[in-house]
Amino acid sequence: MKHTISILVENNAGVLARISGLFARRGYNIHSLAVGVTDNEKISRITIVAEGSDYTLEQIEKQLNKLIDVIKVRSLSADKLLARELVLVKVACKPVQRTELIDIAEIMAAKISDVSPDSMTLELSGNQNVLTTFEELLSPYEIIEIVRTGTVALQKGSSGIRV
Amino acid sequence: MSEKITVAEALVRCLEAEGIKKIFGYPGAAICPFYDKLVGSKIQHILVRHEANAGHAASGTARITGKPAVCVATSGPGATNLITAIATAYMDSIPVVIITGQVSSEQIGRDVFQEADITGAAQPFVKHSYLIKDANLVPEIVKKAFYIAGSGRPGPVLIDVPYDVQLQTIDFEYPESVELCSYKPKYEGNKLQIKRVAEAIKEAKKPLICAGGGLFSAKAGEIMRKIAETANIPVICTMMGISIIPTDHPLFMGMIGMHGRIAPNKAISECDLLILLGARVGDRAVTAIKNREDLKVIHIDIDPAEIGKNLPVSIPVVGDLRTVLTQLSEIIGTQENADWVKYLHELKNNDKRQNFISDESTNGVNPAVFIEKLNKLLPDECVISADVGQNQIWTANSIRLRGANSPSEENVSVGGRFITSGGMGTMGYSVPAAIGAKSARPEAEVIAICGDGSFQMQSMELATMVQHDINVKIIIMTNNRLGMVREVQTNNYENRLTAVFLDGSPDFIKLAEAYGIKGGYVNDEAEADTALENMLKSDKPYILQVKVDENERSIL
Ligand SMILES: Cc1ncc(C[n+]2csc(CCOP(=O)(O)OP(=O)(O)O)c2C)c(N)n1
Repeated sequence: MKHTISILVENNAGVLARISGLFARRGYNIHSLAVGVTDNEKISRITIVAEGSDYTLEQIEKQLNKLIDVIKVRSLSADKLLARELVLVKVACKPVQRTELIDIAEIMAAKISDVSPDSMTLELSGNQNVLTTFEELLSPYEIIEIVRTGTVALQKGSSGIRV
Repeated sequence: MSEKITVAEALVRCLEAEGIKKIFGYPGAAICPFYDKLVGSKIQHILVRHEANAGHAASGTARITGKPAVCVATSGPGATNLITAIATAYMDSIPVVIITGQVSSEQIGRDVFQEADITGAAQPFVKHSYLIKDANLVPEIVKKAFYIAGSGRPGPVLIDVPYDVQLQTIDFEYPESVELCSYKPKYEGNKLQIKRVAEAIKEAKKPLICAGGGLFSAKAGEIMRKIAETANIPVICTMMGISIIPTDHPLFMGMIGMHGRIAPNKAISECDLLILLGARVGDRAVTAIKNREDLKVIHIDIDPAEIGKNLPVSIPVVGDLRTVLTQLSEIIGTQENADWVKYLHELKNNDKRQNFISDESTNGVNPAVFIEKLNKLLPDECVISADVGQNQIWTANSIRLRGANSPSEENVSVGGRFITSGGMGTMGYSVPAAIGAKSARPEAEVIAICGDGSFQMQSMELATMVQHDINVKIIIMTNNRLGMVREVQTNNYENRLTAVFLDGSPDFIKLAEAYGIKGGYVNDEAEADTALENMLKSDKPYILQVKVDENERSIL
């Protein structure tokens, strides 16, 4: 099963290496990882999507908590998950194809972030399913490159994870 | 009041402020500024002959004092040589603060001479580590390192100090205390859980305490014993827990595990309530209970990650063992369990295999008989440091430590203490650890017991003993084999023996003589008493080479 884990960490050098090292060492698979500072510049929030049984998840949480730089670890429950990823897709595009791509962008509520004489770059954020649909719609075209962030997530409702 | 000094000097002053009297180390160019400031300090530096042994010696000291001990090495190979010792300390939760020199800040990452990413390399084996970038943070980082190493579940903490940082001048003031917003070990146990523990003990007909090394870290040996006595609960221990309770205590049944005796292993497979105290329940210790669905398990440990890791637990309690057991002792009542205790006692006393007599006619000294002879002569105040291999099992199962106790409030252990590399099983641990133990407890008789294989991984430390006048005794169980591996090959590989012969080994007594150390041979049991007496009479290092049959077993 996939789990989404939020981790608040002290923004110290090497903290990411400690966390990813822990996953590797204990044989936990990371699906995606996203890091960014919080409103407190000394604290970063990491979102990790990982695969594993409930036992594995419990062990991950406990082992993460043992790292000195880790302040808080929370596993987000699937039913209240608000999760987003961002994808940038650069598609080969002759001027005649532009309208087709603009249509797709409109249907998916994607943005057109860059256009050149023979390419177009589309940008979309959303949950995994939306992004997958988007990629499928673009698959008939020649994709020059594609880049996708890891998931960032929080829990719906008024409660929050803070220090 | 702060004053302006270099980081190198600040490091020395920090160690002094932490009450460190002796450090173990091996210098090199990158750590020279620090060594320079040791000159004139009250801290005694003990020069080992290999960095790993500086780590093991610090580990030996830390086990005895219950407080972080310090080792030092230079950058590159000095630091990487320490890794086995760091890992060994980590696996046994021993508080060690490791200081390494590093190449200058501006050279880091360029693969310059003797550069090694030691914080990276040691990462899986440290509780925490620091690569110092800002000289001004040195006092705070050292304070944090000691705090982290010694609190909660103890463990090694590494401080890597670049050469240029050591030379920088800072405003020095050693903080009285530190706060880490992300690290707050929990000491008190949940009251409701502790009540459930007391109730479970009351209901149990066959309760059993399994004592692990965590009881030493928490200095909880005495309170554990009181609880066992109050509720008449038999006690077994893991390898790491040996000597937490006197081995001749009427409630003590022995060490569990694949190398343990009958009584403790029967106890664990027949009990109806298992109380794990500071025991990691390592894979070698718990094969007997993996499939016991009816068994109720209480697990008390300071590390929540250990609870439920290897064994399903009915009542988990997270907290410091001494605090939790004190809480428990206030609500626990007296109890009978007389039949259960009597049953285990009989098992223990009728254990014919007690003497590990091998099938073949013994060519040499029966190790259990030999250890028993040692028991008779051993003073109460002693530390036994066992290496790894058959020698370790023989010692663990036969050593008798009277008045054994965990470190007291003053952090000084009293009575007979057993130390060994339990989690990592690191050959070459016993002698340097004994050196560390003796340095911390000079009044105690400190004896390392090792095999002829493991001795040759640490024999260079004879020089350390001589140079610093460290009166450690060494018993070498000489079977001309890597005995434990030989036994595995005999049992599991149809006795196809390979790479376990130690031909080419020196006469260890002659080797000792070359260092100016006296010793004696024990070729049969008749020679044992006199030899042991001579060894214990000596106020200098002393070595006994004990001949043991190559077919002697440790698993029965
Ligand atoms: C550093 C290290 N290398 C290898 C091993 C594997 N090993 C475990 S026991 C053993 C044999 C030990 O031989 P010896 O020291 O002669 O003791 P004996 O078993 O004969 O008592 C070996 C090689 C180990 N535990 N540690």
